Amino acid sequence: MNTIISKDILSPSIKRYVIKNSKIAAKAEAGQFIILRVHEKGERIPLTIADYDREKGTVAIVFQEVGNTTQKLGEMEVGDKILDFVGPLGVPTTLPQGDNIVCIGGGMGIAPIYPEVKSLYNKGVKVTGVLGARTKDILFFSNEMDKICDKLYIVTDDGSQGRKGFVTDVLRDIIKNDNKIDGVIAVGPLPMMKAVCDITKVHNIPTIVSLNSLMVDGTGMCGGCRVTIGDEVKFACIDGPSFDGLKVDFDEQMRRLKMYKEEEEKVLGCKCGGEC
Amino acid sequence: MPYQDPKKRIKNFDEVSLGYDKDLAIKEAKRCLQCKKPSCVKGCPVGIDIPSFIKEISNDNYKGALEKLKEKNLLPAICGRVCPQEDQCEKLCIVGKKNEPIAIGRLERFVADNQKMTSKLKPGLEGEKVAVVGSGPAGLACASELLQRGYRVTIFEALHKPGGVLMYGIPEFRLPKDVVEQEINQLVDMGVELQTNMVIGQTITLLELLEKGYKAVFIGSGAGLPFFLNIPGENLNGVYSANEFLTRANLMKAYLYPKWETPLRVGKKVVVVGAGNVAMDSARTAMRLGAKEVSIVYRRSEAEMPARKEEIFHAKEEGIEMNLLTNPISIEGDAEGWVNKIRCINMELGDPDESGRRRPKPVKGSEFTIEVDTVIMAIGQGANPVIPRSTKNLNLNDKGNIEVDSETGQTSIEGVFAGGDVVTGAATVIQAMGAGKQCAESIDKYIKNN
Ligand SMILES: Cc1cc2nc3c(=O)[nH]c(=O)nc-3n(C[C@H](O)[C@H](O)[C@H](O)COP(=O)(O)OP(=O)(O)OC[C@H]3O[C@@H](n4cnc5c(N)ncnc54)[C@H](O)[C@@H]3O)c2cc1C
Ligand SMILES: Cc1cc2nc3c(=O)[nH]c(=O)nc-3n(C[C@H](O)[C@H](O)[C@H](O)COP(=O)(O)OP(=O)(O)OC[C@H]3O[C@@H](n4cnc5c(N)ncnc54)[C@H](O)[C@@H]3O)c2cc1C
Ligand code: SF4
Ligand code: SF4
Ligand code: FES
Repeated sequence: MNTIISKDILSPSIKRYVIKNSKIAAKAEAGQFIILRVHEKGERIPLTIADYDREKGTVAIVFQEVGNTTQKLGEMEVGDKILDFVGPLGVPTTLPQGDNIVCIGGGMGIAPIYPEVKSLYNKGVKVTGVLGARTKDILFFSNEMDKICDKLYIVTDDGSQGRKGFVTDVLRDIIKNDNKIDGVIAVGPLPMMKAVCDITKVHNIPTIVSLNSLMVDGTGMCGGCRVTIGDEVKFACIDGPSFDGLKVDFDEQMRRLKMYKEEEEKVLGCKCGGEC
Repeated sequence: MPYQDPKKRIKNFDEVSLGYDKDLAIKEAKRCLQCKKPSCVKGCPVGIDIPSFIKEISNDNYKGALEKLKEKNLLPAICGRVCPQEDQCEKLCIVGKKNEPIAIGRLERFVADNQKMTSKLKPGLEGEKVAVVGSGPAGLACASELLQRGYRVTIFEALHKPGGVLMYGIPEFRLPKDVVEQEINQLVDMGVELQTNMVIGQTITLLELLEKGYKAVFIGSGAGLPFFLNIPGENLNGVYSANEFLTRANLMKAYLYPKWETPLRVGKKVVVVGAGNVAMDSARTAMRLGAKEVSIVYRRSEAEMPARKEEIFHAKEEGIEMNLLTNPISIEGDAEGWVNKIRCINMELGDPDESGRRRPKPVKGSEFTIEVDTVIMAIGQGANPVIPRSTKNLNLNDKGNIEVDSETGQTSIEGVFAGGDVVTGAATVIQAMGAGKQCAESIDKYIKNN
């Protein structure tokens, strides 16, 4: 159990592992995540279930090496076992109703958006995909997404692949040209999700986002993952991580993610290149 | 009993109480009157034969003493340390009427620390299968009792380490984790199967366990859902639930950061809201992690503080200030969103409320501000919702705790039993163990009758 079956290097800092764990594979749904620990003294970190295969009993994770734990994870090889691997955690995303859905994945958010697009595709829903990244080296899954999206747009900040600009530029155009979008799912860095919601709010389009709060247990025990949704405080690990984007207090989330920045940098300079 | 000097101990996580040596233990044991009708036993939720185990100590027979203890309590090293003896066994000790009661807990700890039990038990391979959810004291007690009755028992634990609050909540300096691990390992040696990283309700549901051939299920999932006050500013950076603070410190060993990789940020000035054991543990942990000033903020007076007397005493010795009859009304932060102030109001005690304690009322116009850089909320916790949400027909009471038949511990679902904090709300280690054992008995009856 928890053996790494395959390792794909999607970009120098982004890796995709397929991991054997038939219990999690049997239960996983789009929007859920796992928590792992790579060694006895290690931190528990959450990662989205990027894909699953119930028959083979495997789940996939895609992660970016941004700090200590993700780097140690990145050093592991096929055949190695991940010490602790628990899930599926969180509630599956309630996919938006309707048959014209826009799914936006920004940066690492492309990994979690993939199983959601796949679920919609399997239900016969028409999905417009928008993938964004800083530059083409860190853009992944575009071929896989192309197969399950009705239309797929790609944008990079520097124009190295697809259109130059931000995912919100594309979203604005889609809204302009296609005035009956039933819902939006947006997963990516908090500023991106916030910018998306600023637009969809104006047009009153139901929007689902996925929050990557800091977590410890992932079972509702510590309250470290709390998020404000409308006027209620929720725990991202058991009430989410997907929430109604139009109600999320993004500023609070951005602030809370910085809680351990100093400590993390002391252990290891951040290498994400401005992504976090 | 010898203790580590407060000045030294606030700089380390070593155990505060050093425990009896042989001479002290025998001397204390000899004070016991060996009552024919020992009242102390009535105060012990698991009914340990107290005079008998004490007698073995005075006879220098520690192996015999341990055997006596283990007849009723499989975790004596833990209970000897953390039981609120002053409200239980020792409260009813006859010697205590005029003098200091016999130090039953300390003697219990002495025996457990000085005598390793090699257990002979191995479960039969043909016994029926029972699932135990949660590896806190309730689950452990239930599992061992079932094992002794010949069942094959699997414990499912959500975290990567077993022990529940013993592991993630109660700090090292009060309950060393290797003591907990040793006592749990004995259970595993006896033949309990332990599966960690299994969140029941997520990885597999409760009802699926029954379908998979477990004849009965015991739920001992504890009270792991932290409460907040719902006052403005509680989500500022630097505001923790006690559960998060203590879990980072204990389970993830943040006090050894960066060697252990989980960080925990503690400022110079720390306020802990609440006055139970959890609050004392948080305050004393913060002190050891380098805080300069740590204070408790509590809305009632010292007489109502729910923490054990000994813990309050130790906390004060370690320099923790008590702001009593004080209630927080809001938390404020700086431009970056880090907490920097807590607004409080003075309280006075009015007429008694439902709990029989005098109800605190705010004193008009008495608001004041305390400067802080860390706030820890230790105002209690409710039952964890993961299992109830994923289990149809599992009845809860209005507090969200699982409802059970008070005699058998059976829930609204046949074959599913529950006990410990998930039923009673936050209580004590030994009460949780008592409930676990009681449910094991009911499970035994239930399986035999079906
Ligand atoms: C539900 C959920 C799903 C997630 N899914 C994925 C995923 O599929 N792939 C993936 O690469 N990451 C994902 N994350 C984020 C991932 O958990 C963090 O990147 C990881 O914890 C960093 O650990 P580290 O020790 O390597 O870095 P650290 O040393 O802890 O941090 C390095 C840098 O990353 C930032 N950081 C730390 N935690 C987070 C976080 N939770 N979100 C964003 N930035 C953070 C820090 O501020 C710091 O600048 C998810 C988070 C959550 C809560
Ligand atoms: C900081 C602190 C200090 C305390 N000090 C004292 C003291 O000095 N003396 C005393 O007598 N009592 C003390 N208590 C109270 C005592 O620890 C509890 O009453 C006791 O641990 C309850 O035992 P339990 O087995 O019911 O639950 P817990 O100890 O909470 O154990 C529950 C276990 O179930 C697991 N679990 C939860 N949900 C699931 C799930 N869905 N699937 C699988 N596993 C799950 C949890 O991870 C946990 O390991 C203290 C409590 C705290 C928090
Ligand atoms: S288990 Fe607790 S209550 Fe019972 S005798 Fe020991 S210390 Fe006293
Ligand atoms: S009541 Fe006190 S003196 Fe009597 S048996 Fe119990 S411990 Fe000994
Ligand atoms: S991660 Fe601890 S409650 Fe969500």
